[in-house]
Formats: sequence, structure tokens, C-alpha cells
Amino acid sequence: MDLIVPRPEGLYCPPGDFYVDPWRPVSRAVITHGHSDHARRGSEAYLCQHDSVPILSRRLGDAAVQGVDYGETVDRNGVKVSLHPAGHILGSAQIRMEFRGEVWVASGDYKLEADGTCPAFAPLRCDAFITESTFGLPIYHWRPQGEILDGINRWWRENADRGRASVMLAYSLGKAQRILRHVDPEIGPIVCHGAVEPFNAIYRERGVALPRTLMVSDGLNKKQLERALVLAPPSAAGSPWLRRFGGHSDAFASGWMQVRGNRRRRGVDQGFALSDHADWPGLLQAIAATGATRAFVTHGGVAPLVRYLGENGLDARAVAVDYGDEALEDDPPSAGEVGAGEAP
Amino acid sequence: MKTFAALYRRLDAATSTHHKNQALQDYLRAAVADPRLWASAAWTVYFLAGGKPRQMISTKLLRQLALEQTGLPEWLIEECYQSVGDLAETLALLLPPPEGGEDVSLDFWMSERLLALRSLDDSERYKRLLQWIRVLPDEERLPFFKLTTGALRIGVSKLQVIQSLSAVSGVDAKRMAQRMMGYTQAGRTLRAEDFAALIAADDEAGQGAVGGHPYPFFLAHSFQAPLDEMPALLGPVENWLVEWKFDGIRAQYIQRAGHWWLWSRGEELVSESFPEMAALQSWIPDGEVLDGELLVVKPQAAEAPALDDDKLSDIQPFASLQQRLGRKVLAAKILLGLPVAFIAYDILEHGGADVRRRPQSERRRVLEEVVRDARARAGAMGKPIPLRLSPVLRSPDWASFQALREEARTFGAEGFMLKSETTEYGVGRRRSGANLWWKWKLDPMSVDAVLVYAQRGNGRRSGVYSDYTFAVWSGPPEDESRLLVPFAKAYSGLSDEEMRQVDALIRKTTVENFGPVRSVRPTMVFELGFEGIALSKRHKSGIATRFPRMLRWRQDKPVAEADTIEQLRALLPGAGA
Repeated sequence: MDLIVPRPEGLYCPPGDFYVDPWRPVSRAVITHGHSDHARRGSEAYLCQHDSVPILSRRLGDAAVQGVDYGETVDRNGVKVSLHPAGHILGSAQIRMEFRGEVWVASGDYKLEADGTCPAFAPLRCDAFITESTFGLPIYHWRPQGEILDGINRWWRENADRGRASVMLAYSLGKAQRILRHVDPEIGPIVCHGAVEPFNAIYRERGVALPRTLMVSDGLNKKQLERALVLAPPSAAGSPWLRRFGGHSDAFASGWMQVRGNRRRRGVDQGFALSDHADWPGLLQAIAATGATRAFVTHGGVAPLVRYLGENGLDARAVAVDYGDEALEDDPPSAGEVGAGEAP
Repeated sequence: MKTFAALYRRLDAATSTHHKNQALQDYLRAAVADPRLWASAAWTVYFLAGGKPRQMISTKLLRQLALEQTGLPEWLIEECYQSVGDLAETLALLLPPPEGGEDVSLDFWMSERLLALRSLDDSERYKRLLQWIRVLPDEERLPFFKLTTGALRIGVSKLQVIQSLSAVSGVDAKRMAQRMMGYTQAGRTLRAEDFAALIAADDEAGQGAVGGHPYPFFLAHSFQAPLDEMPALLGPVENWLVEWKFDGIRAQYIQRAGHWWLWSRGEELVSESFPEMAALQSWIPDGEVLDGELLVVKPQAAEAPALDDDKLSDIQPFASLQQRLGRKVLAAKILLGLPVAFIAYDILEHGGADVRRRPQSERRRVLEEVVRDARARAGAMGKPIPLRLSPVLRSPDWASFQALREEARTFGAEGFMLKSETTEYGVGRRRSGANLWWKWKLDPMSVDAVLVYAQRGNGRRSGVYSDYTFAVWSGPPEDESRLLVPFAKAYSGLSDEEMRQVDALIRKTTVENFGPVRSVRPTMVFELGFEGIALSKRHKSGIATRFPRMLRWRQDKPVAEADTIEQLRALLPGAGA
């Protein structure tokens, strides 16, 4: 029996009568993580990992949100549901569903490398694996996190020495905190945009150590601004908010920066290919580790991954979903990637 | 290559002209200081200024490399290529990491390795490529593949290179511009001496009038102001030399010490492509350099027998000129059927002296003397030559000039050139006070056309559907069986934001994929502008347009109201429009 089927509202579990990351209002939703294209408003009840609760509450207002621990099993009409680390952002989880001996796992968004802000991705054995494929082409293979963050520190230090602010555009939930966790606060003050700071607070509250961050309202003087690292969401690019930082250098942290054309389109000084999604080798490794014979590929570079898995002996299929909305999530520079936002 | 790759990266990342200039100067300063670097610097300047060696490794070999080295299926490599939009970058991203790091200078790469590939067969080329790639450092891969595929483009202008060279060497920029003329000619092999010659201290004696060396072309700015502002902006018409703006190939005819050369505006020596120009040599004295336009004329008129300088009716459209370009062998049939004439409009060197600093009116006087004298003497001997004078146009005011400008289309001209009578012959397109030439062009012709196919772009637009094919209707709306007839491709004119929207719509309305091309359900209408239109046997629609581009996205216009092929044909010269 299929434990997940696509429905207009989202990915539905028929025996358990719930949806995983529904994009339309439903009665019962199980949420993989708090990014806005996965955790949408309007459903009656939400289940998610504990650390996602404050994120969801912030996004969803008064909705009923129930938090569980990683590995804790909840019964839904006889379906054993449990959440396991996905390594994507704080509170991100894979959803494991077990019913009459059959095990299915919906990955949500994930990456394999441990990033220091949330438990690392845990491979789960299953019969069917529903995987993302945001970066589902072999041109995407990430450098080790340490190397990229060294590069970010170097860029910041060089700018600070030249007396200009370093503006890092990064998604306000997840990416920003991952960068904060690893930059060298000795270089200068760190200023966060109003869209970033609330999530910093949630991370700190859940026990992730982040360096001291300031807001513009804290009143920095010119001297401090010149040495500052500024973390702002991509939407702040070219906005009046940035003008206060004068002749700054700007950078963008995203897996899309791996490709030169994307970097050029962004028009930033530096692109850092730092992603919270699995790269191509990561996707293949994760899928293989599940031992699954069936794979469902949801969003991103769907068609190539489906074909590749098929040629390698898996029963792989594409599933149309409404995630990966560029404006909402990782905010790629434009529809530059293969098959972005289109039905496979 | 390490230094070159670092410079390439720095220039590629720079988002302002200021930062690019800094990067250029930092590099050049270090190079000037160390003669051991001059050979590599000579190549670097060549590439910076837009020089392109012929493709040294075929796309086929590179694809073979990708296939064998990655172990990925061919279709997946193709998917990657389609997503990246650039073969060189796709390879750089896909190949396994190198096994070591070898540091080889750009000069050694070019002179000893890459240029030598031409004489080898494909299997030997592949063998060497494989050896090199294994030890080629990661960060040098992209410029390396770009270079070998002949697709290396660095976002700096030739003028920036000239100014930076001038800044670090202390050589006057105008002089540097002249030294750089022809530097990027195809097929060159550069040596340390070439760089040394660029940066050598300026000596006043040698005015550069040596061999067949051309002068930098003076380029015009586009004049956009409306008619009622013209008197205020330009002053009275008497202060201006007004000529037709011909649509041919801008060229410099150089005659010195018993030899002649013809240089195109693209800084290629094109003497061999236009052998009929040799006829001028007997009638023009040594030490003369003429600036003018090469145009194809009707056969019998090529060597106009009389002194009717103003005759323009026999000028053929640019499409005829294109048939003469890019041919290795010029068959007699081509030479007879598509003869060229040189319409002279300026003189840069006279009696062996550089006359570029003299005012426009004076240069024109000298030019008329030289051309009329040559034609008269040749004519008297019964040997007319393909040399004419660009006619000077007169009108009492700007309004009557604007009316006259419409006639340009009848012989394929683009509008007028306006040259201040007092101006000297400048360098490039630099703006400096009154030192200006204007091109006052006709408004483009335009039709409302429907987007029917889309293809992903390259470079900054890689992965985005940015190259479109447009169609017009085969018949009027009442014709129920009418079809959309594709007639032009265009990829410029949209803002980034509009392109994003169009890209999204293309993905939503895709009907079919043919390799990199998608056909879409016709939903989008654009006002398409173009500079010229001609009948064509090569195009399915029977029509070829020149410089088509998008003027406007007509979101207000339904597809059914786009223009028809009849409306397009009405724009053909002589269609009685």
C-alpha cells in the first residue's frame, strides 16, 4: 500500500489521514521544517519537531502546533509516525511512516554535511523514499563547509581592513544562522537585518551558540559600520536599508552561486556556494543509504534525477509538489536552474 | 596561467568599472616591472583586448573528455550543459579534481602547447589534453577551457585596456590606442617584444606612420534628442557637416611607400578580401590614409565613369556585402557580380603627415582634392576606380534635414552623420567637449510579432530563456487557416525583470522541447524593431531583418492582433510604403 499519494492539497498519507507539508489548508499537517514553502498557513493542526515549534508559531500565528522529539513515535490511525534529523535547518526533520510492515520516509529538504546548528542528517532504512532534488545535477558538488566559511571570513577581513562594510545576502532562516555560527566575530561587529534577528533569537533559545549580533537600531557609529558584517535577506539587495552602509562589498551565499551565470545575474561582488540542500553526490548517497527500491522525486532538478535513478535500477518517479518556490525559499537568482517550478 | 586565472577571476567578480580598472592596472604594473613576464603579458593583453585564437580543441574532443572522465551518461552531461549554458564551465564543474598542481605560464601554454595542437591529429590532441587536465589546478580550469574553445570573453573594453596600459607605462593614451590597432588580429603568435613595443617610452619622431599601421577610428555617438531641441544643442546647421550614414563596412585605406592596406573597423586587415581596391594605388600618392565605407554597388556602376560623386542609387543592401565576407576564395563571379566601392569621408594622413588634429572642414577640403584628383587622372586614362566621395548634404535648417533623412532608406542608409566643422579627428568613442561626431539615425522599423520559440542564453543569462524567435501571421484575421510564420530572432531589449517574467511564462506555456529549444503556445506579443529589411532565400519567411530587437512587450495586445507577413513586406525597400 502506498503510504504517500499526491493530492491537490499536498502529499497525503491515506491510512494515517494526514498531509506532509501541505500547500493548501488541511485538517492535519506534519511539517518537515519551518521554511515558508513547507510550513504554510491555514491548516487546523500541525505536528513538527520541538525546535520547529517557535518557528512555526511565528509563521502561523495561533495555529495548534504540537512538538515531538526526534525519534519519538506518534500514532496516527495505526500509522507509526516519527521525525528524524534532516540536517537542513534547526528543527528540520524527515518524516518516517510505518504501516503494516511497510516503511516510507519523506525527506523534506536535507543536506548530509553536519553544519553545527542542528543534528546531522540520519539515514533511515525504508521501502520508499521521497526526496527533494533542488540541486539535482552533477554540476552541483559542494566544497567542505570549513573551506567556504574560511573564504567568507577572508572576504570580511579584507573588506574590514579596507574600511568597507561586508553585506552578506543569505536566507534569513537557517543560512544566516549557519554563517553566524562559524564566522570569526573578532573581525568586527555583526549587524543583522530585521528579518534575520528574530530567528537568531529562536536559535539561541534552543541552545545554538551564536555570536553577539546588533541591529541597526542599536546605533553603530561610522567606524563600526566600516568593519561590520551585515546579514540581510536576498530581498534587501538594492534596498534603501542597505544605503546606510555606504560603499560596501556584497556577497550572496547560496548553492546557486556554483554557476557563474547565476553569480553574474545577481550582480554581487562575491558568490559563496554554501547550500543547506544536498548536492548531487549527497542526493545519491542519501538515496542509496535508505535501501529503498522506490524513490519519489519532488522539487528541483526532478527529471534528470528520476532518469538517472531509473537507469540505475530504482523505481523512480516524479511527484509534482508546490515547494521550492524561489521567492519563498532558497531564493535562487532567477529561474536559472533546470526545471524550476514546473511540473515534471 | 595562474596569474592569468587570478586576473580573470578578479575581473569576473568585479561589478564596477572602477574595480576592473584597478585589477587591470595591478596586473599590468607587476608585468611591466618584470621583463620575464612580458611574453605572458603580451598574450594577456591580447585576450583582454578581445583577441580570439581559432578554436584549438574541438567541441567533440571536449565532449569526449567529459564523457570518459566523469563516467556520466551523455544525456546527463547534456542536461548539465543546458543548465550551465557554457561548455567550458560545464567541463570545469564536472571533471574530477586534479591529481596535482602544475604551474605553467600563459606564454608557454600558448606558444609551446596550444598553438602546436593545430598540426596534430585528434587522437594525439586528446592524449595531450588528458595529461594536461590531470595536473591543471582547479581554479585555472575555467579560463583554460574558455581559451581552448575560443570562447574566452573578459568583461573589459578595449578602451579600458588602452587606458590601463597608458596609466602604467606613461605612454599617452592616444598613442597607446594607435599601438593597439591590429594587436588582436586573428592568427597572431605573440612574443615578449610585442609587449615591450606597447610599453616602450614615447618618442615624438616616430608618429606611428610606419608600414601599414592604421589609426584608431573615431566613433560617433548616437543623437537622440527631438527636433525642437536640436538648434539649442547643436547650433546652426552651417556649423555642421552632414552626410549619409552608410550601412557598409567602415574601413581605412592606407597607402605608404608603394604599398596599400585596407583595415576594417574591427581592426582586421582585409586587403585580400577586397582586391578591386588595388586599382586605387596607381592614382593615390604615397602617404595618404582615407577613412570611409565599403559598399557593394551594382556591377556596371562599380567604376563610375563620370565624376558624379552624388550618385547613390546603385548602392546595394548590406545583405549583398555579407555575401562577400567570410569567404576564403573570392570567385570571379563574386567579384564581378558584387563589386565594392569605397566611399571616402575623411582623411587622416596627407603627404605623409598626420592631419587628424586639423579641423573637419579643412580635412574635407583636402579629402576632396585627393579623391577628385585621383578619379580625374584615372578617368582620363580610361581606368575608372572604385573610389567616391561621400556627398555633403545641405539644407536650410534641422527640420528640413529631418524630412530629407527619410530618403536614407531608399538606398539602405541608416540616417545622417553630423560632424562639427571645427572638430578634430578623435580616438574611439570618447566624449571630450565639442570633439564629437553624431549619428542621427532613422527610427527603427517595427512590427508586432508573436514569440513562438525560446532558447536559453549564455553567460549572464545562462539557464534563462532569453533568446526568442518571433513570428507574424501568414494572413489577415479573417483567414481561418492562417499560420504564424517565424521570421526573426532577438535577444535584447528586455529588462532583467521582464526577462524573468517572460522566462516563467515560457516554462508554463511550453508545448515541445527540441534539444535546447522550446516551442511555446503563442501568448506573448512584442514590438520588434529592426534597422533594415531585405528579401532572403535563406529564411523560410523569405525575409531577413537587420539588428532585430525587442522594443516593447505588448502585454496589452492579443496574439490575434499581431501583424501579418504582408505588413512586414510593405516595409521592404521599394515596396511603396
